[in-house]
Amino acid sequence: MSAHDERLDRVPALRRGFRFQWEPAQGCHVLLYPEGMVRLNDSAGAILERVDGRRSVAAIVDELARRFPEAAGIEADVLEFLEVARERFWIELR
Amino acid sequence: MNASGSSCAESAVAPGPPLWLLAELTYRCPLQCPYCSNPLDFAGQGEELSTAQWIEALRQARELGAAQLGFSGGEPLLRRDLVELIRAAHELGYYTNLITSGIGLGEARLNAFVAAGLDHVQISLQAADEALNDRLAGSRRAFARKLAMARAVKARGLPMVLNVVVHRHNIDDIDRIIELCLELEADAVELATCQFYGWARLNRAGLLPSREQLTRAERITGEWRAKLAARRHPCRLIFVVPDYHEERPKACLHGWGSLFLAIAPDGTALPCHSARQLPLEFPNVREHGLKHIWYDSPAFNRYRGFDWMPEPCRSCAERERDFGGCRCQAFLLSGDAGNADPVCSKSPYHDKILAARREAERSPSAADRLILRNARTSRLIARG
Repeated sequence: MSAHDERLDRVPALRRGFRFQWEPAQGCHVLLYPEGMVRLNDSAGAILERVDGRRSVAAIVDELARRFPEAAGIEADVLEFLEVARERFWIELR
Repeated sequence: MNASGSSCAESAVAPGPPLWLLAELTYRCPLQCPYCSNPLDFAGQGEELSTAQWIEALRQARELGAAQLGFSGGEPLLRRDLVELIRAAHELGYYTNLITSGIGLGEARLNAFVAAGLDHVQISLQAADEALNDRLAGSRRAFARKLAMARAVKARGLPMVLNVVVHRHNIDDIDRIIELCLELEADAVELATCQFYGWARLNRAGLLPSREQLTRAERITGEWRAKLAARRHPCRLIFVVPDYHEERPKACLHGWGSLFLAIAPDGTALPCHSARQLPLEFPNVREHGLKHIWYDSPAFNRYRGFDWMPEPCRSCAERERDFGGCRCQAFLLSGDAGNADPVCSKSPYHDKILAARREAERSPSAADRLILRNARTSRLIARG
């Protein structure tokens, strides 16, 4: 199996203490953690909405491709965002 | 993502919602830390809000947009209804932070908090050394209890931030402080150099670290950060620099009435928990809704935007970065909250900061000469 496929098979989950939710007053999804909050743009929100500790990266990519058929490069975007999220310790990849 | 904020040059632009709510549930506290940020005359303040009044205030702030909620004090554990308040806050959709000394928390109570939906616990430590910790806290056995509670928090898998107020009597121990916090599995460590409001202002000469102490502590913290990054360790080390050693002021709370809303134990709504010492009439949640308080009250609008600024801030290119600094500090050091924060080297009052620095180099007082924060002293101060 290539390194690329392995990345798609992994299952991302929010780390304990991180909470993802929609904030009507801000009109965006946010990620909440101890004494802090990250405001997410639409694509980050769409990805994190599907990070539940059950869906694999591949499943998330598939869902987003179906949801946004006109968008190009979804797989690369998802992989890149999840890498940033992992670097920042928002998520873990199981 | 939100276009507001960048274009609010001269004209008044409607402020955004409060995102952070600090609920100071009580000014009562079993500890006596000499740098407490509570007002000096806390013992003379009015009656605490009831459970129902707090829940109503939480509901209104959440409706406005507040997402982060800190339960603080004083010591919030002294409120018997804390578990009820946590549950209500959780159901409203807040991220709930308990900001505590750890004294008064037990295993059973902690379990109840977790069941009620508490998201995070911040515990304060005074030092890495038991004797110094307990002397600063004015309480025997505080250190041992704090460590036990920190371990109990982590045993339940809750995120934990450890907060250490750093000053001249513990700053040289920064290495051991960081080590202790890592041993306790802190998710983040706030090394918060004393800010000089409230009781810390009273004790400034005995608390402000020297430049040399500060430089060393920052270097050691930087070395620890590098070590943690190399190990891919998730713990964040946050070092809050004392603005007294800076040439530009801090962007205090990202501007007056911009993101942060504090409610004092008696229901007074404040743009900052230190602001009640300012000669402004602050509204109370017993009398007004929070929507009115946040958007329309004169106190919350007093220093919003840039129109209120005198020189040197008015024409300063950096005003959108630091908002003229801190109103409370301007008031404490220049007598007028509308002046530039004297930390700024452009302020005509900057000599007050320079004098405090010289004092810190020349005549520091011993730890046992600090005035401890307690109700007896506070009553004397309140009486004037």
